[in-house]
Amino acid sequence: MAAKALKNKVKPVAKAKPAKQLSLLSAERSAPPPKSVKLKAVEAPPPPPPEPESAPEPPKRRATAEQMASKQREISISEFFTKNRHLLGFDSPSKALLTAVKEAVDNSLDACEEAGILPDVTVEIKEAGPDRFVMAVEDNGPGIVKAQIPKIFGKLLYGSKFHRLKQSRGQQGIGISAAAMYGQLTTGKPIVVTSKTGKGRAAHHFEIQIDTRKNAPVVAKDDELEIPKDHGTRVEIEMEADYRNGKRWLLRYLEQTALANPHCRLEYRRPDEEALVFPRVAETPPREAVEIKPHPHGVELGQLILKLKETSARDVRGCLMHEFSRVSPTVAAEILKAARIHGGTKPKVVANDVKMAEALHRAIQATKIMSPPTNCLSPIGEELIHKGLVSFLAVTQELAQAEEQEQLELQAQAGRGKRKEEAAKRLEEIKQRLTQSAQEPKEEGEEIVAGHKFFITSVTRPPRVYRGNPFQIEVGLAYGGPLPGDRPVELYRFANRVPLLFQRGACGVTEAVLRTDWRNYELSQPKGSLPVGPMILFVHIASVWVPFTSESKEAVAHYPEILGEIRLAAQECGRRLAAFVRRRKSAEYELQRRSIFELYIDEIAGSMKKLIGVDPARVKQDFGKLANKITGGGMTDAVLKQASEKIAKRPRTAEREMEG
Amino acid sequence: MAKRAGKTIHKLEGMAKDTLQMVKAGKSPYLQVPTRTLANVRFNEKSRLIELKGDRQKRFFFNVGQAKKFMQTFLVADACKELIESGKTTSIRDLYYMTKHTLGETRQNTFEEQDESDPIIEDLEVTIDALREELHLFASNKGSMVGEITIVDDGNVIDCRRMGSGGWSVPSIVEDEIIQFRKCDAKFVLLVEKDAVWRRLNEDKFWKRHKCIMLHGQGQPPRGVRRLCRRMTQELKLPLYVLVDNDPWGFYIYSVVKQGSINLAYESMRMAVPDARFIGLSSFDKEKYSIPDNVIIRMRDEDNSRAKQMLGYPWFQRKEWQREITQMIKTGVKLELEALSRRGISFITEEYLPRKLRDRDWLA
Repeated sequence: MAAKALKNKVKPVAKAKPAKQLSLLSAERSAPPPKSVKLKAVEAPPPPPPEPESAPEPPKRRATAEQMASKQREISISEFFTKNRHLLGFDSPSKALLTAVKEAVDNSLDACEEAGILPDVTVEIKEAGPDRFVMAVEDNGPGIVKAQIPKIFGKLLYGSKFHRLKQSRGQQGIGISAAAMYGQLTTGKPIVVTSKTGKGRAAHHFEIQIDTRKNAPVVAKDDELEIPKDHGTRVEIEMEADYRNGKRWLLRYLEQTALANPHCRLEYRRPDEEALVFPRVAETPPREAVEIKPHPHGVELGQLILKLKETSARDVRGCLMHEFSRVSPTVAAEILKAARIHGGTKPKVVANDVKMAEALHRAIQATKIMSPPTNCLSPIGEELIHKGLVSFLAVTQELAQAEEQEQLELQAQAGRGKRKEEAAKRLEEIKQRLTQSAQEPKEEGEEIVAGHKFFITSVTRPPRVYRGNPFQIEVGLAYGGPLPGDRPVELYRFANRVPLLFQRGACGVTEAVLRTDWRNYELSQPKGSLPVGPMILFVHIASVWVPFTSESKEAVAHYPEILGEIRLAAQECGRRLAAFVRRRKSAEYELQRRSIFELYIDEIAGSMKKLIGVDPARVKQDFGKLANKITGGGMTDAVLKQASEKIAKRPRTAEREMEG
Repeated sequence: MAKRAGKTIHKLEGMAKDTLQMVKAGKSPYLQVPTRTLANVRFNEKSRLIELKGDRQKRFFFNVGQAKKFMQTFLVADACKELIESGKTTSIRDLYYMTKHTLGETRQNTFEEQDESDPIIEDLEVTIDALREELHLFASNKGSMVGEITIVDDGNVIDCRRMGSGGWSVPSIVEDEIIQFRKCDAKFVLLVEKDAVWRRLNEDKFWKRHKCIMLHGQGQPPRGVRRLCRRMTQELKLPLYVLVDNDPWGFYIYSVVKQGSINLAYESMRMAVPDARFIGLSSFDKEKYSIPDNVIIRMRDEDNSRAKQMLGYPWFQRKEWQREITQMIKTGVKLELEALSRRGISFITEEYLPRKLRDRDWLA
């Protein structure tokens, strides 16, 4: 467990809190460097504790070890984060709201999922003063029992999700309490939590402060309230924030969260703007992700030692079978044989003998073991990605359209002359398109959203494993409509249904998309960049342990297994897109062909009139009749192909030159 | 004149009527355009002319590849009718501008370049079997004439003996409504490939001394020059001599003058002079007239392949011609007319041509 923490935490985090949290390392703690404790703690590598900086001899000693020892003391985790809040995403006032909302919403969705409730989440941002905002997130989740409320919201690194291997959004148990701490730090106000666990019960209403020295909650107020809801939790934090600059990201986060959680109804109440509602698209909650034991292949030496130490099994053989998944008696015997360890050896003996532990670790890696079970994964599913994309486009496109329409209406009313006419004309066009498009026939995979046609498709890959961790990749895309065709595609990345908004360039998902050759799929792609085209690309990685590159959880590490799966899924989507685009091109071509004939008929009718004095309207009518008959189908595609190509120069140009 | 115009207009109208008829009958309308390719010409041994065979290509309107050409043919026809009715003639470039406009609300034009409209004009000529001048179209003037003849050009009497150094510029339409022959003292007609050589001859008054008419066509002679040659040989019974460079291109010019070209095969009978005589430069002249080695030009690959191609032309099958071309290929050199000046500025006037004429040293 500790080893895992070590692996997954950003270095400074793991090293700054050893005293209290990590028993494994606490033994090794000795004479930490002097002076600015936090700073040194951040830099020093833990296993060989660095000597106090005594390397350059000549200068005179300023303090003795004893003097220095008097200044050395434990650092509370909350204190550490108070000073290093950027590690948790509170580095700027514009990002603070986003981080707080994100933590609260992720918690709500996790809780609802675990309880099997269809989530109904409301996010509210209210202005509370200059540069001060209150963010409130309310859900209809299972609620939290009274005794736990102060700890969950008032203590850092307290939670249920860290110790288990299960697909969930949050992992460390820092998020919401860190948000509360940030609020307290910038405004002095406590976090306000209201939670109700069931019908007929009272809702608990808490105001909680955090004692940052002790990393412990201080309950400022504890009431009971009557609320109409059956169950749910509401969290309110007041904080210093920059909404104006942060709102774009906030909106993106919520949009994309709705996209990846189609079973959720999400409401967003914004200051000075109309509330935004992302409707629920799926009426069943996602499959519950089952908790699994770690797979032996994903275990590192330190973790293995820890497991051996803490196991309740009496011998190594039992420990392997009990603590890990997919270790049958046969597999255990095979491992132990390869490691030359007797199955009956006490786990503690192996744990304390580094050589034996190493041998065991090597043997595990060398033994063939069945892949971990994949029922621990809960992918979104192809159908729901499709629905999610439709709903996402509906909300975002309508938003954009409403803005345009508003502008146009304003111009049509208040404008003058030509601009006024144009605005009115355009409005009429939009209305017409909306009514018309609903009746138009749809092609396979095509969806009409807000009067625009989109092609939507999605692929869910079968589960795979990287380093003993099961994962599953899903890719979806929406193509066409009014999306800009001359800019790179929009890439939306998700990990366990949480949108990844930042560090796009550092992310393995991005790299996998870049390395897919989209030119095979009717998109252009400048070398080493995202494809260019009117497209939204959705990539979701579901895993019990998503390998983030850093604590801020914004980029996925570049595991070849993961990248490979993303490419396979992207290619499948690409093939479907290409088929659609080609179909559409030929349909457009047919239309163009007809319009070419129409244009030419006009010309011929004009000439006919001058040549033989016939009525052009009649001529047009006669030709038109024939045109409809002929372009209805009859002609083969081969003939069509020659079409709009510019009339080829005659091969006998050379001869004509000779003629002079 | 009026009668001829009426006939042409009738033909143009016929094209429109036929098309309308097809449309009304529910048939996909088409034009029948005789194809002007090597495959569709034949050398008539008897008349010694290149003639168009009967192959006609159907140009359908409801075929994306042909629709535009179909439409363009009508635009040109309509413009020509207007020209004929108003009794005006214009250049083919002018016609291009007359018929060029934007299609509907697109960015397409009826014609993008003159390159597109010129072949349409030729197509129209063959389709309705009308001559270019009957459509009241002409190309720009090219080529000049001097010599022992008086003509009437558009009502003005022109004495070709008094044309100075530049000569009379030959228009592209030289039909008898426009050009009539009057007093002629010439004994033959000399067509020179190059105007520079023609100027040399004119300056030396070659035509005066040898009683002839001299023309040049600035390279490949245009329709006007060829038609005029044909008329003079037919109406004035004068022999035509052709003086060209000794290279495949020169031979080709002679061959076009003599029996017509592939592209204008439909006008061969009006243009070609099957009795035209090739007076030089022959592949054997270098020896005969002791032209030094340093003025020769090596044949390039394309010259060689062109010459070999000519060996196969039906109208070059006579033994003398085969010998002539084989000699050129064998020696691998070509000679320009100007090479004669190596022997003296007026060598061509004073020695070369007189000797050739005297010795009857020409090919036919």
